[in-house]
Amino acid sequence: MASTIRVRAISSGETTEVQVLIQHPMDSGFVKDAKGEIIPPHFIQQLIFEYDGRNVFVADWGAAVSKDPYVKFSFKGGNKGDDLKISWVDNKGETDTTTAKIQ
Amino acid sequence: MTTTHDGCLATRRLILKGAGAVTLTGLGIISFGMASAFAAANDKYPEDAFKQKGAAEAIKSLYGRTAEPSDKIKLDAPEIAENGAVVPISVNTTLTEVTSISFLASENPNALAAVYRIPPGTLPSVANRLKLAKTCNVIVIVESGGKLYSATKEVKVTVGGCGG
Repeated sequence: MASTIRVRAISSGETTEVQVLIQHPMDSGFVKDAKGEIIPPHFIQQLIFEYDGRNVFVADWGAAVSKDPYVKFSFKGGNKGDDLKISWVDNKGETDTTTAKIQ
Repeated sequence: MTTTHDGCLATRRLILKGAGAVTLTGLGIISFGMASAFAAANDKYPEDAFKQKGAAEAIKSLYGRTAEPSDKIKLDAPEIAENGAVVPISVNTTLTEVTSISFLASENPNALAAVYRIPPGTLPSVANRLKLAKTCNVIVIVESGGKLYSATKEVKVTVGGCGG
């Protein structure tokens, strides 16, 4: 299956700007479906970005992050062609991991 | 994996409880400092903070102290959000030694929306998209040099992000 994670990591020399878009329902547990039954909560709790053996960014998310979440940040360093590892885990214990090349 | 996770949570709870007990004996400031430093040192998901209803409770659960407003935080959010399910919100700050940035929405069922940990070398600037249940104050907390600073902006929501 194709990865749920889409990444764009672009190095400008001094810093690397990372944008990520993840396919995930991010159900809050407050919304009802067409039958009036509550859709149980299902959301990503932690998203980790790892570069050169260390975490450069850690996101802890609640159910209030939008469906198909997007996040953008930048870190110092990062060379073109290097690997950036991204992984998430949700409240049901599901996970996904991908590795992107810095451009 | 589940077992390890639970074990760690239990340990942390014990430590927090311990900190609470010390507080009662009158060493409040020191013990809260320790609890906060401990929380920052590991990468555990702050489950209790996300379960709090109000913004003040969530901030207290997450950091163990209160924040003071700062004009060094630039919070970008729309004046009016037509769709509360997807509200683009970004923040950047000229504060130094930033270790974390948190987003809260005062009227959401659980106020805390996201916590971003900023290790040394990562810029104190984050953009994301949040759900807002209704018109509310979006609060950003920046932890800088061990202190908490906040910025607030009201966002008017015409269609809520909680499925109405």
